[in-house]
Amino acid sequence: MVMDNEAAMKAPVSFYGEEGRFKGIFSWIFSTNHKRIGIMYLVAILTFFSIGVILGILMRINLISPGKFISERTYNSLFTIHGVIQIFLFIIPGIPASLGNFFLPILIGSRDVAFPRINLMSWWFYMIGGAIVILSIFTGGGAPDTGWTFYAPYSIRTTANVSLALVGVIFLGFSSIFTGLNFITTIHRLRAPGMTFFRMPLFCWSLYATAWTQVLATPVLAITLLLIILERAFAIGFFEPTLGGDPILYEHMFWIYSHPAVYIMILPAMGIVTEIFPVFAKRTIFGYKAIAFSSLSIAFFGYLVWGHHMFTSGMSDTARVIFSLITFMVAVPTGVKVFNWIATLYKGSIQLDSPLIYSLTFIFLFSIAGLSGLIIGTLSLNLYLHGTYFIVGHFHYTMFGGAGFGFFAGLHYWYPKMTGRMYNEKTAKIAWLTIFIGFNILYFTMFILGLEGMPRRYFQYQPQFRTNHIISTVGSWILAAGLILMFGNFIRSLFRGEKAPMNPWGGKTLEWTIPSPPPAENFEKIPVIEHGPYKYE
Amino acid sequence: MNESAETTVRHRIDYTGAKMGMWIFLFTEVLFFGSLFLLYSVFRDKYTAEFHKAATELDIVLGTANTAILLTSSMFMATSITLVRKGKYGLSIFCQAATILLGIVFLINKYIEWGVHISHGIYPNSPALLEMSRGKIIFFSLYYVMTGLHGLHVLIGVFVISGTLLFTARRKINETDFVKLENTGLYWHFVDIVWIYLFPLFYLIT
Repeated sequence: MVMDNEAAMKAPVSFYGEEGRFKGIFSWIFSTNHKRIGIMYLVAILTFFSIGVILGILMRINLISPGKFISERTYNSLFTIHGVIQIFLFIIPGIPASLGNFFLPILIGSRDVAFPRINLMSWWFYMIGGAIVILSIFTGGGAPDTGWTFYAPYSIRTTANVSLALVGVIFLGFSSIFTGLNFITTIHRLRAPGMTFFRMPLFCWSLYATAWTQVLATPVLAITLLLIILERAFAIGFFEPTLGGDPILYEHMFWIYSHPAVYIMILPAMGIVTEIFPVFAKRTIFGYKAIAFSSLSIAFFGYLVWGHHMFTSGMSDTARVIFSLITFMVAVPTGVKVFNWIATLYKGSIQLDSPLIYSLTFIFLFSIAGLSGLIIGTLSLNLYLHGTYFIVGHFHYTMFGGAGFGFFAGLHYWYPKMTGRMYNEKTAKIAWLTIFIGFNILYFTMFILGLEGMPRRYFQYQPQFRTNHIISTVGSWILAAGLILMFGNFIRSLFRGEKAPMNPWGGKTLEWTIPSPPPAENFEKIPVIEHGPYKYE
Repeated sequence: MNESAETTVRHRIDYTGAKMGMWIFLFTEVLFFGSLFLLYSVFRDKYTAEFHKAATELDIVLGTANTAILLTSSMFMATSITLVRKGKYGLSIFCQAATILLGIVFLINKYIEWGVHISHGIYPNSPALLEMSRGKIIFFSLYYVMTGLHGLHVLIGVFVISGTLLFTARRKINETDFVKLENTGLYWHFVDIVWIYLFPLFYLIT
């Protein structure tokens, strides 16, 4: 595609033109090259993201006028599948498996990850899991209608096709574990000579913290979901009260994974914006070590706060107070990061290109997300707000405004390196503005709806909520238009974009020292590192 | 640690890296089984007396035999690794075969044990079990799920050791490159250790 790249003339053939054992499509789906796997992940992840967006829009359309377009049962399936796809197929694997796979080895000066074949296997597990989840929509007793959390005992009793969907999610879990295992070993074993831990770009630190979380939390999800399958098949009764089991125990086990999973989603996004700020401010990152350690401490605290999902489920007051307190403590390392980013920009020579705009938006939206998180982390307020749209708003500000915008920032930042082409900067900015406006209309309205008492997951609602629901739905259309513009820009630029130079942004990390797109083995000669990653002064 | 980067052309083996990967995988296994041990603790706390009674219905002789079998198999596994490092491939293959054999004997034992319970009508959702107290229902469910998943791990181990046996025969595992066998050994010992915990929890604490 981009073989005639100027840089590629001097350097070895880019990885797109690499001659492997296989030809055509097989040269991709059987490739163990981390960059090809990264691109395959990226394509798959963005495809699933688009499906998830479409399902979300359908839900919003229903909420203009409930019952006119879709039935109750379909609505339940819509929010279940929307959740499963966006969580397990988009945002969890999102950044680490695509951008992480592509750039982690390059950023630490390596030719590949530690276990290239396990890397390929993880992609296959991801695709098999994704296919099974999609299959579960159309087969058996109908699409799952439990919500993405699969809460017992309903998930045990419903006639919908829950078991098959769970098998899919377990596959996705193993895929995630393999990626984590691979990244930890890669970071420990494959750093270039002189690349000490504290000379690594901070994106690698965030991937490192993420990888440990993936490895240490995901098995709990795998066994918990496996038990739900066994419950459905053999009635083992662990989570079924009529057989002596305890449904609250399911919630505990589910959130022991799924809360740390929130940090699997957000940490890599924080890593990306940490890469972007120094490059576009032409300044060294402020507080390197503070950022590195805050990643680790966010990952650590992330394990201890799962109970805040269950304040209204039935827990002792002591447990609730402790979980609430630890939840507030997560805000500290997060605040440390935000202050460091802002301090990096201070007195910098700022170049306001789309990667930076997305990163600034990340801070803005994530701050709203974090502050609303403190509101619902407060016990007294949580009891009122927990079952309402306030949670939906908070969640989407965190995941989409945080992880999603971080991902988009990374896509814009690394697009020239991955494809060898530049995208249209003006279109990118218009797309950003549309997405930003649509996003806030769509989700900020949910905070208001929640405060007014609109319950979440409901198909129907009281007439006084109608206006806000309509505003929110209109927001979803604006957001979708912005997304189409952004992806359209990317796709068009693949063919029409200008050739990307080796270092379009003036970055100082290793990926900008090799041609765009990179050659198959990344480096002709493994570099020797003599200083930290953001040497601007 | 960093000098290894030069030697990471895709096809070479990084011994420390491979071991590290295996240990991380074992962490995930610990958490996998750990969740079940968590369930066991919670339910044991909730139904102390009924767990106490239900445990007397398990066959302590078969359980003890299986413990001995698995421990012995672990010894053979460890020996086979030492032998490969010394270049005594024939003996190592013998030890691996013994490990596989003992693994299969373990599974046959388990089959007999499960068979006895099932013939008594005790299995999840069976009419006989549903008439029993809730604590007993949960105890037997835990018994089936935990020993079942453990048995599955033994079965996987048997297949993997069959693979290393073939590799040793073809000298793909040899004096200088034995990390595959060592990692398989780590896995096998892990499976052994899980049983060391399952045995007292189900058979001994009555």
